[in-house]
Amino acid sequence: MKLIFEKSVPGRRAVQAGPGDVPAVNIQSTLLRESAAELPELSELDVVRHFTELSHRNFGVDSNFYPLGSCTMKYNPKVAEHIASYPGFARLHPLLPQLRMGGMLTQGALRVLYEMDLLLREITGMAGFTMQPLAGAHGELTGMMIMAAYHADKGNKKTTVLIPDSAHGTNPASAAIAGYSVATIPSKDGVMDVDAVKEHLSDDVAGLMLTCPNTLGLFNPHVKEICDLIHSVNGLAYYDGANLNAIVGKARPGDFGFDIVHVNLHKTFATPHGGGGPGAGPVGVTEELVPYLPVSVVAKRSDGTYTLEYDRPKSIGYIAPFYGNFSVVLKAYVYILMLGNEGLRRVAENAVLNANYVKEKLKSHYRIAFDRLCKHECVFSISDQMAHNGIRAIDIAKALIDRGFHPPTVYFPTVVHEAMMIEPTESESKETLDGFIDAMIDIAGQAGSDPARLKTAPATAPVCRPNETAAARNLNIACL
Amino acid sequence: MPFISNTSEQQARMLAEIGLTKNDLFADIGEELLYEDFKLPAGLSEQRVRDSMAELAEKNSTHLTCFLGGGFYDHFIPAAVNAIVSRSEFYTAYTPYQPELSQGILQATYEYQSVICRLTEMEVANASLYDGGTALYEAMMMAHRITGRNKIIIDGSVNPIYRVMIRSYTRNLKIEFEESQCTDGLVDRGQIFERLDDKTSAVILQNPNFFGCIDDFSDIAAAAHDKGALLIVSCYPVSLGILKTPGAMGADIVTGEGQSLGLPLAFGGPYLGLMAARKKHVRKMPGRISGETTDAFGRRAYVLTLQAREQHIRRAKATSNICSNEALCALTALVYLSLLGKEGLRETSQLCADKANYAYKRLTAIPGVQPHFRGEWFFNEFVLDLPCEAADVIGKLIERGFAAGFPLSRYYSGMENSILICVTEKRTRHEIGMLAEALESVL
Repeated sequence: MKLIFEKSVPGRRAVQAGPGDVPAVNIQSTLLRESAAELPELSELDVVRHFTELSHRNFGVDSNFYPLGSCTMKYNPKVAEHIASYPGFARLHPLLPQLRMGGMLTQGALRVLYEMDLLLREITGMAGFTMQPLAGAHGELTGMMIMAAYHADKGNKKTTVLIPDSAHGTNPASAAIAGYSVATIPSKDGVMDVDAVKEHLSDDVAGLMLTCPNTLGLFNPHVKEICDLIHSVNGLAYYDGANLNAIVGKARPGDFGFDIVHVNLHKTFATPHGGGGPGAGPVGVTEELVPYLPVSVVAKRSDGTYTLEYDRPKSIGYIAPFYGNFSVVLKAYVYILMLGNEGLRRVAENAVLNANYVKEKLKSHYRIAFDRLCKHECVFSISDQMAHNGIRAIDIAKALIDRGFHPPTVYFPTVVHEAMMIEPTESESKETLDGFIDAMIDIAGQAGSDPARLKTAPATAPVCRPNETAAARNLNIACL
Repeated sequence: MPFISNTSEQQARMLAEIGLTKNDLFADIGEELLYEDFKLPAGLSEQRVRDSMAELAEKNSTHLTCFLGGGFYDHFIPAAVNAIVSRSEFYTAYTPYQPELSQGILQATYEYQSVICRLTEMEVANASLYDGGTALYEAMMMAHRITGRNKIIIDGSVNPIYRVMIRSYTRNLKIEFEESQCTDGLVDRGQIFERLDDKTSAVILQNPNFFGCIDDFSDIAAAAHDKGALLIVSCYPVSLGILKTPGAMGADIVTGEGQSLGLPLAFGGPYLGLMAARKKHVRKMPGRISGETTDAFGRRAYVLTLQAREQHIRRAKATSNICSNEALCALTALVYLSLLGKEGLRETSQLCADKANYAYKRLTAIPGVQPHFRGEWFFNEFVLDLPCEAADVIGKLIERGFAAGFPLSRYYSGMENSILICVTEKRTRHEIGMLAEALESVL
C-alpha cells in the first residue's frame, strides 16, 4: 500500500487553522525555517481513508484471540476509554496544581491518584505507591533508583543485582542503567535455583529482581526463602509485576517478602497497549522505603482534600514531568472499581484455568517445556518430529495467522529451545480456546503431512515473512 | 463477572476435563502465601462507575481560559484525530512483534519517523520515547555513548522540569553537569564557549526556550563540533511550522515533547517523547525503529529493525531499557500532522506567534506591566513583570475564569513578580481582551 506522502496533492487541505483574528507578526527571518515542512497535503477524507486502510492491516484484541505470552492481552473495557475522554480529565492542565491554591482546581484527579495508591497497596501488600513510572521498564528503573538511594542512605556499598536467566531483558537493562552490575542466576527445574542464589550471596549484593510466576508461567515455591536470603545480606527484593495477572486477588508480593514492586497497568489492569504503548508502571514499596519514592506524592489532608507533597528530602527526585500517565492510571482505576474484590479474584482463577486448559489439551501434540501446573501462561517447544521436518516455532506462528489467530510469543523465554509461550488471559471463552486448540492440532498435523506448505504461511496476511536482515542491512527508516 | 467470558458451568467443565479442582489451580503457591483477606470494595456496575467518575471529573477546573503553557500546550485537536486513533485495531494491539498482523502500526510508525525528520530537518527518528523529559535524558546518555565523555553543559533556559529529571536519573552515574545562565532571555554564548572543552559530551539547549524566547544555535553547534562535542536541542514541534529547525542549526540529536501534536493535556500524560538524530548515530539511538523492507513475494513491508540495540536482545548492554513506548501517541501525532498538512501546520504555528504578539502588546499597555526581557523575539510565550507578586495575581485571575500563566518564582529566584504567559492558536482576540481587562482590574 502507498505511503501517505505518495498520496499527497499540492495545494490540497484538510483542517483549517484559526480564527485568524489578530494582526500578523513578522519574526526576524534568520530565526525562521527556509521552507515549510514537507508534510502531506491531503483532504480529511484522504487522511481518514489512509488510516482506515492501515487499521485493516493491523490486528488487536478486538479482532480475535491474542495469546501473546507475558503480554496479558486481555479485553480492554470500552467504558474506561469513555471515562478517560471526559473533558474534566482530558483537558486538565498538569501545571494547575503548581499555581497558588491550584490543588483545589484538580481535586477529582488527585483523588483518583490517591485512591489508586490505596487500591494497589491492598492488592500487592505494599505500604505506598508512586503512579509516576510511564511503563513497566520505567517502573523497574524507578525501583532500581530507589534501591540505590536506600543503600546510599544506609552507607551500604553494594554493586550487584541478581537476576534469573529467564527474566525479561528489561530487568538487566534497568539494573545496568541504574549503575549496577548484573549476576545472572541459572534456573533449576524451570525456576530460579535457590542454591545458585546462595552461591552468589555476598555483601556486594544490592538486591534481586524476580518475576513470579516467571516467564515459563511457573510459580517459584522457594520465593519466600529467596527473599529471606537477599535480606540476610541487607539486600532488597524487587518484584517485577509483569505476570501479576496470575496471582491478583489470590496472593500478594508483599507477603512473599518483596520490598519493591511494579505493576503493569496495561497488562493486569486492562488498559490498552496501543500498538506498543502507552503503558503505566506504578511502583510500590515497603514502609521503610516510602521516603525514597519520587516527588511529588499525593496526600490527603485532615479536611478530606488532596494535595501534592514536594518536600521529601530522601526522595529519588523527579522521574516523570508530573503524575505519570494519568489517563492510563484512570482507566485502570475504573477497571478495579468495576471488578471489585470478588472480580479481581476471578481474574486470576480464570487466567490460570484457561492456561492450564490449553496446556493439557496441547501437550500431546507439542512438547511442553515443564509438565506441571502452570499459572497464567504455558510454554511449549517444537517436538522432535516437527524439528526433523524442518519446522520451527516461527512456522507454527505464521500458520496460526492463516487460521485467524494472533500467534503466541515465540523464541522467548530463551531458556527453552524454539519456545512458544501462550497466555490466554481470563477474558477468553472456552469456545475461543477450543478453536485455537483445534487450529494448533491441525497445524501439528500439517507439520507431519505437508511441512513445505507450513513454511510458506501466512497466505492470508497482507505481507508474508518480511526480510528483517535486509531491513537492517539496507536501512530505510524514513521517507525524506 | 465483568469481562470474564466463561460461565461457572463452563469453568467447572473445563476443570473436570483437565482433571483439576479449583483449589488445585493455586496449590503451587501454598497455604502460607495465599491471601484471603483482601479488603477491596465490591464491584460496581458500569452506570454507577460512570456516574461517580463524572462527579470526580466535575471537581477538576477545565473551564478556565488557558494561558498556561510551560512546555504543555492547549492546542486545537481536530475531531478526525480521535476518530482515527480510536480504531481498536490500533489501540488494542500489542507491540508489532508479528509483522504480518502489524503492517498498520509498522507503516504508521515509519510515516511518523518520516514526519518527525521532515519537521526537525534531521535524518533519522525513533518510534517514540515516554515524554520530552525522558527523551532529553536518553539523548544525553546517547551523547555519552557516542563521545565517551561525561561532561554536560545545560542552559538554565531549558525546561526546569526536564533539568531536575535528568539530574535524578544520573545521580548514580559519572555525569558531570555545568549549568549556564541565560542573559536577556537568550543563551549567553560566552558562558557556553568558556565551558566547552575536550571533555564535553554535549551542550543541551532548548528552542523556543522555557521563557518562550527564540534563538539560532548555529554558532553553538559549530563551536561544540570544534571540540568534538554534540549539540542536543529540545524543541516544541508546533513551533517548527515556522521556526528555524534544529537540523538547520546543526544539532546532532533533537528531542521534544510531542503533546502539542494532537494529544490532550490529560493532567500529565500519556505524552510523547520525540527523538531524531544524524544518520551516522542511528545505532547508538535508543527506542524502537520501523524500517522498510520487502516480503517473501517482493512486496513492500515494514518491520521493527536494528533490534540488536534493544533490551530484549542486548539485555544489560542495551542502549536503553525502554520496551513499551508511546506508540498510540506517535500515531496521534502522525494523524494530527497529516490533517493539518504542510500549509495547516505553518498556519497554526504562525497564528500562535501572531496571537502571542497581540497579547503581549495588549498586556504591556497596562500601566505597571513591563516586559521582562527587552526586544527579544518570542514564539507563543513571553515573560511579563507585574507590579506585585505574580503567584498572587494568578490566584486572583483564577477567580475570574483564567489560568493566566505560570509564576516563574516556582523555578527561578528573583523572579517573584514574573509571569510566563502562553497564547496558542485556540485563543481568540476576544479572550485576550478579556484577560487584559481582568489583569488590569486586579493590579
